[in-house]
Amino acid sequence: MAQLHLDQAQIDRARNSARRIARRVFEQMNRFTTTTVERATLRLLGVDGVDENMVPLPNRLVSHLQEQKLLSHGAAAVVAGAMSDHNWTARQVAEAVVAGRLVLDRPRDETAARAAAAAEARRMCAHIARQRARRDAGIYLIVATGNIHEDVIQARAAAEQGADIIAVIRSTGQSLLDYVPYGATTEGFGGTYATQENFRLMRAALDEAGSKVGRYIRLTNYCSGLCMPEIAAMGAMERLDMMLNDSMYGIIFRDINMQRTFIDQFFSRMVNAYAGIIINTGEDNYLTTADACEAAHTVLASQLINEQFACLSGLAPEQMGLGHAFEIDPELENGFLWEIAHAQLVRQVFPEASLKYMPPTRHMTGNIFKGHVQDALFNIVSTLTQQNIHLLGMMTEAIHTPFIQDRFLAVQNAKYVFNTMRDLHSEVEFRRDGQIEQRAQRVLSETEQILAEIERIGLPAAISQGTFAEISRQPDGGKGLDGVLAKSADYFNPFPKLMLQGDDRDD
Amino acid sequence: MTEQLIKPYGDTLDDGRVQLSFTLPVTLDETAREGARQLALLMGLEEPAVVHAEDMGQDFSFFIVYGQCRHQVDLSKLKVSRPEFATLDKEVINHLIAEKMGRKMVVLGACIETDAHTVGIDAIMNMKGCNGHKGLESYHEMRAINLGAQVDSEDLIARAIAEKADVILVSQVVTQKNIHLDNLTRLADLLEAEGLRDQVILIVGGPRISHELAKELGYDAGFGSKTYAEDVASFAIHEWIKRKAA
Repeated sequence: MAQLHLDQAQIDRARNSARRIARRVFEQMNRFTTTTVERATLRLLGVDGVDENMVPLPNRLVSHLQEQKLLSHGAAAVVAGAMSDHNWTARQVAEAVVAGRLVLDRPRDETAARAAAAAEARRMCAHIARQRARRDAGIYLIVATGNIHEDVIQARAAAEQGADIIAVIRSTGQSLLDYVPYGATTEGFGGTYATQENFRLMRAALDEAGSKVGRYIRLTNYCSGLCMPEIAAMGAMERLDMMLNDSMYGIIFRDINMQRTFIDQFFSRMVNAYAGIIINTGEDNYLTTADACEAAHTVLASQLINEQFACLSGLAPEQMGLGHAFEIDPELENGFLWEIAHAQLVRQVFPEASLKYMPPTRHMTGNIFKGHVQDALFNIVSTLTQQNIHLLGMMTEAIHTPFIQDRFLAVQNAKYVFNTMRDLHSEVEFRRDGQIEQRAQRVLSETEQILAEIERIGLPAAISQGTFAEISRQPDGGKGLDGVLAKSADYFNPFPKLMLQGDDRDD
Repeated sequence: MTEQLIKPYGDTLDDGRVQLSFTLPVTLDETAREGARQLALLMGLEEPAVVHAEDMGQDFSFFIVYGQCRHQVDLSKLKVSRPEFATLDKEVINHLIAEKMGRKMVVLGACIETDAHTVGIDAIMNMKGCNGHKGLESYHEMRAINLGAQVDSEDLIARAIAEKADVILVSQVVTQKNIHLDNLTRLADLLEAEGLRDQVILIVGGPRISHELAKELGYDAGFGSKTYAEDVASFAIHEWIKRKAA
């Protein structure tokens, strides 16, 4: 395979900076939990459903625990204590609380309650572990009609046309909801709500389509926003295969509070890691606001930070779908060379990762004919640099959410390029000290420098200075800070121990 | 005005040649193919030819069709609505603001409600701009504040009051199920209800936005794609001067 000459010591220095940056944030944030982490914990213990106003029971139960000043101890043991007292399921406890028939308190026997919570958690972990599927990468398509039943039709067609991975894009605005909607949904804007029932419907449809075409079709959703941990829990229970799950995306692009995000991303990634889910990070988005050439080093720096956060949550390298994108201005002379340089650099810095490569969006114009060519060039870079998760570009990007034929033509485009250039990557070499190699080396050294600076000032300060995507966010700003609370000294949650060890049998 | 009748051009004047592609929700067979041809006839295409047809699986098939458009339009009879102003360059705009307003013009930009796509608003507002056209932040006679994505209309209006905004610039990219129309109408209604509508110049931009649509929705101007900061700034100062004189 064609390789660029890169200074491995420089890569190591950059990675070590990123490790210390992530570790420092983790140590500061591990003293806190959030409302959505506790709700995710309750979901994993079996709490599901909504009240008469469609408010999810996990939200009602966590609000109750807050009112009773119990949440800082962790929801798990309190609820497990009530389950033992009444011989109820977690859901029955929630229903009794919502009906006003039960007021929760600390368990009479804390040790027994913790053991009971751990036993429930082990049952769920065993369920999740049983359905880890064998997953490798491939062609990735998005459906987004707003109606889950219509999505199912389009996803089945996409699988039959050759897609390996189907993502159901989320309704715009869901990331800012501090609850997860319930049930099958048929109304959404720019996408379809992520709900556990929608996950279940799409999983069943893709299993059916997969058996028809003779390959496993992977399902993707968005584990981001204010309910990141709960979506992770739902995805783990319903056998999703990939989750968009970034340590900083929500802070930067959705103005979600950074403390909230750092806490939530840790728990959600831990669940994803345990479930064998591949996460997709969102660095590609930086290039929709910042220039793809000038900001290339911020993408690599962020990928290294995302990698280190992922390590802390127990994700294996092949579960890291680090994101980047083909977003250089098509009018730039030799822009294609710089795309190759960036993609190959990322490939070599993360040899084991499942790299997620995103198609052009920013410079798509509505000229579908030119757009189809841009997408073909993107496909060439992807195969030449051996990217893993290849998100298909749509010629109608910037016009509408894709029509069924847009996806069909996009699959044909990718299949054509991947087939006709299958072994090109092992037949060509990069010219030593050529323009591509020099470009990659320059981006790498800029990455080392920026990481050293981020390490010096700390990640929150770096984000507040607009280091990523040229967007600035403050540590106490953004949405969701009110859901952050300090853990008591006796805080208990059964899942980190089970999931981080990857052991679902003994305590 | 003299008539100016036109129809599509392929390789000979008035041959009317057009191409189109579409999907039919049926498995591909000869009947489906004939169905595609008949549809083209009904669309006003003479001698339609299905040049490509392909089964897409799951009972869908894809068609590429050529035909000759039987219709023509008279350009001399058309009236197209566009904001009436001349696009000026940055220095002229800065100079006009300084001279006519005697203070900085305050421009507030946002993607409102659920819309999270900031590409458009960033291209107009941010320093860097787009395609070499610097954004409003680079205009020294303007105070350009970009509130970014998913700003509630109420928050936008509160900020407009606090900043004494002269111009509110909203971007709407997501148009699925016409949600942009609901969002834009809501903002215009709220401004009206607050009694602020006459005090601000209200502009909307987005890939599916036309000036005509904007006027229908109660906005002062609408800008589609290929619009840059200087177009928006020129309209804003032109409109400000016009209102001052009125």
